[in-house]
Amino acid sequence: MSEISRLSYDVVVIGAGGSGLRAAIEARQAGKKTAVISKSLFGKAHTVMAEGGCAAAMGNVNPNDNWKVHFRDTMRGGKFLNNWRMAELHAQESPDRVWELEAWGALFDRTPDGKISQRNFGGHAYPRLAHVGDRTGLEMIRTLQQKVVALQQEDARERGDPEAMIKIFAETTITRLITDGGRIAGAFGYLRDTGALVLFEAPAVILATGGIGKTFKYTSNSWEYTGDGHALALLAGATLMNMEFVQFHPTHMVWPLSVRGLLVTESVRGDGGVLRNSEGKRFMFNYVPDVFRAQYAETEEEADRWYTDPDHNRRPPELLPRDEVARANNAEVKAGRGSPHGGVFLDIASRRPAEEILRRLPSMYHQFKELADVDITKEPMEVGPAQHYVMGGVEVDPDTAVSQLPGLFAAGEVSGGMHGSNRLGGNSLSDLLVFGRRAGLGAAAYLDSLAARPVVGDAEAAAAVAEAEAPLERAAGENPYTVHAELQQTMSDLVGIIRREDEIKTALTELEGLRARVAQVKAEGGRAYNPGWHLALDLRNVVLIAECVAQAALERQESRGGHTRDDFPEMSPEWRKVNLICSLDGDRVTLRRQPMPPMRADLMALFDRDELAKYYTKEELPAADPAPAEETK
Amino acid sequence: MSSTKATLRVWRGDAGQGQLTDYQVEANEGEVVLDILHRLQATQAGDLAVRWNCKAGKCGSCSMEINGRPRLACMTRMSTFEPGEPITLTPIRTFPVIRDLVTDVSFNYAKAREIPSFTPDPAIRPGEFRMQQVDVARSQEFRKCIECFLCQNVCHVIRDHPENERAFAGPRFLMRIAELEMHPADTADRREIAQDDFGLGYCNITKCCTEVCPENIKITDNALIPMKERVVGRKYDPLVWLGSKIGRRPHHDTPAVPGKRT
Repeated sequence: MSEISRLSYDVVVIGAGGSGLRAAIEARQAGKKTAVISKSLFGKAHTVMAEGGCAAAMGNVNPNDNWKVHFRDTMRGGKFLNNWRMAELHAQESPDRVWELEAWGALFDRTPDGKISQRNFGGHAYPRLAHVGDRTGLEMIRTLQQKVVALQQEDARERGDPEAMIKIFAETTITRLITDGGRIAGAFGYLRDTGALVLFEAPAVILATGGIGKTFKYTSNSWEYTGDGHALALLAGATLMNMEFVQFHPTHMVWPLSVRGLLVTESVRGDGGVLRNSEGKRFMFNYVPDVFRAQYAETEEEADRWYTDPDHNRRPPELLPRDEVARANNAEVKAGRGSPHGGVFLDIASRRPAEEILRRLPSMYHQFKELADVDITKEPMEVGPAQHYVMGGVEVDPDTAVSQLPGLFAAGEVSGGMHGSNRLGGNSLSDLLVFGRRAGLGAAAYLDSLAARPVVGDAEAAAAVAEAEAPLERAAGENPYTVHAELQQTMSDLVGIIRREDEIKTALTELEGLRARVAQVKAEGGRAYNPGWHLALDLRNVVLIAECVAQAALERQESRGGHTRDDFPEMSPEWRKVNLICSLDGDRVTLRRQPMPPMRADLMALFDRDELAKYYTKEELPAADPAPAEETK
Repeated sequence: MSSTKATLRVWRGDAGQGQLTDYQVEANEGEVVLDILHRLQATQAGDLAVRWNCKAGKCGSCSMEINGRPRLACMTRMSTFEPGEPITLTPIRTFPVIRDLVTDVSFNYAKAREIPSFTPDPAIRPGEFRMQQVDVARSQEFRKCIECFLCQNVCHVIRDHPENERAFAGPRFLMRIAELEMHPADTADRREIAQDDFGLGYCNITKCCTEVCPENIKITDNALIPMKERVVGRKYDPLVWLGSKIGRRPHHDTPAVPGKRT
């Protein structure tokens, strides 16, 4: 067996994006020795790609905003399938998390009175997103990165070693979690640069690995998004929930082909951009669903007045939640009213002065100019839907972020429940902060309650080594890149934005074959910085998670948020009561239905009964004539 | 859609040795260099080491030298080359090679850790900061930095002069000092250490860093030159010097972080 270095930590955080770094900061501040594992270099995680902003009801731009309004918007966006306790904590704690970043050095854009500015976004009733132009994610990750550095400087002063209490393992991948007696004992992986194997002995592991984008062909996600945390949790004995809910964000570049899937921020619409079809028509007015009809404008005149007078006009339908806009874009293209390269037109050029576009959307200007030769201050962009986010994830306790497996925590995109069936833009960056912190606290409390440290057994470590080395040692086998491309094609074609029973069944059959092929791929070359080997190992996760998505998509016979069934187009109040839970039985993915816990009465009372009636069964509704929804704190 | 063959001349090797290897790879309309490298990995060289992440010009991972120019592979369009012209791809030169196009950039993370961090007034509680847009705009420009380290790579003070690495933090981190100095809520003074510990004086404003910045940050004009002016004001103003000698204006400079390699 190859040599393994054994390292001992209190907490191992897998993932160095927003949630991972926030969790690590909290664990370190609670006095726990913390390792942060990053597949990329420090500060490069997928969070850097977030553009629009971080939703927090600070009320800086519209004083009517407060956590209750944010909570309501989040539940509506998720079509009431959200874990309501997570949505409540998220709405309550986001402002403190944003202000905390400012105290750590973040420089958000400002209001005229010197506070943090907030912008409009789809599904948010008020301007709510703290932002820095259209590079908010970069500001967040850099601030968290610099806070980690500040803590390391403190440790250098007080303990003589900057890495005494928090150490970043850059370009390191975890391939297995190791358990002892039904609880977490450690994590096994490799260093990308040398291929050296490493075993972290730690009683608490926090998953912060992000999403599953590389399951699909067209995605805004980076290469790291291979569902690692989802798969590690499943393989270690934890559960995933509601994996059928995959967000296809409505606006991505469609041309040139090489950048297909590159995100075009929702801020373009928040700042006045509109969607048009090949006939020049603003088509979103035709796609306002019944549940949202009361809140959205019916004419272009009313919609345009809203930007300057939001108190007396309803919102433009371009700012509906993402699932609605993505389906509308898809439908326009299908109806033959698409743009030349199979998208629709996103027009800000005719709506705002060039100077304002350059100031508010500098990255978008740069991106289109450099990659597509399109000047967005002069011409419309061609955009279309692509995979962007997964709402499903590790089933966790809302307050502590602990999964069903003791010692295993999850925060951010890899966790499930918070966003229900569809995430509102801006709620991801705030989710990272709120639940990253809670996971760090949860892990620290768990460690304090632990009588004895679990132990990593030699047999488990040996099995992890054998699994990691297998693709290098096989005499022959398929090219991992080929298998991956086929898998992405299968998922995009058959379990994509619009789904049907027969297609999902075909996908499941194909996935079974792909899973067998993944187990036999061969990586050419050696151990040092070998992307073919890395992909070969990531593929195990991709195919496993693809199967979870497909199985859950087949089971849920309704359309809701990020799950659209052509054969079951209606949203069903009966299905709203159901969470779909994935687990592993041996190496088989199994699925079961689990009842959704009923919402607490005081939260239920924040909604009008008429609105709830659109989502809930009669039996679940509160008695008639409830107290009116409270508007102020 | 037109498809052509591109000739890539890729540096393959590790810290020990290496050589340029030629590959013919399919290229399609609208593609960037990183697309071609991915196709090369998928079809001919599965173990070709390339560092990348977002493929959207936002993470700064895929820095390399393309025909000798420091660039991001994800933002370099194939249409900028003459058809048939071989494209030479080499690792960034200032940092040690790990393998193929991937280099060891740990120098930068070590420098980042030496700069005294953001130091707000402890009396201001989170949520109570009030700053004007015009005042945050200067530091915001520097915070656009995606840490691609192309400026570090191109800077002649350390490119081919590893002996200067100890005394010189490079444009990215001198800009970080400027960013903190211009941060409206920061209270520390890093002017002396900018010069003494981080080597601001080595910079002779040739603007190579500004030229290669993929974020178009005016590193020299907006960060380094103003920082030099502040240092002059602090270190060489005769009145300030006299004040410090007669004890009326004692030193308030923030000391360098312990553990700094001196």
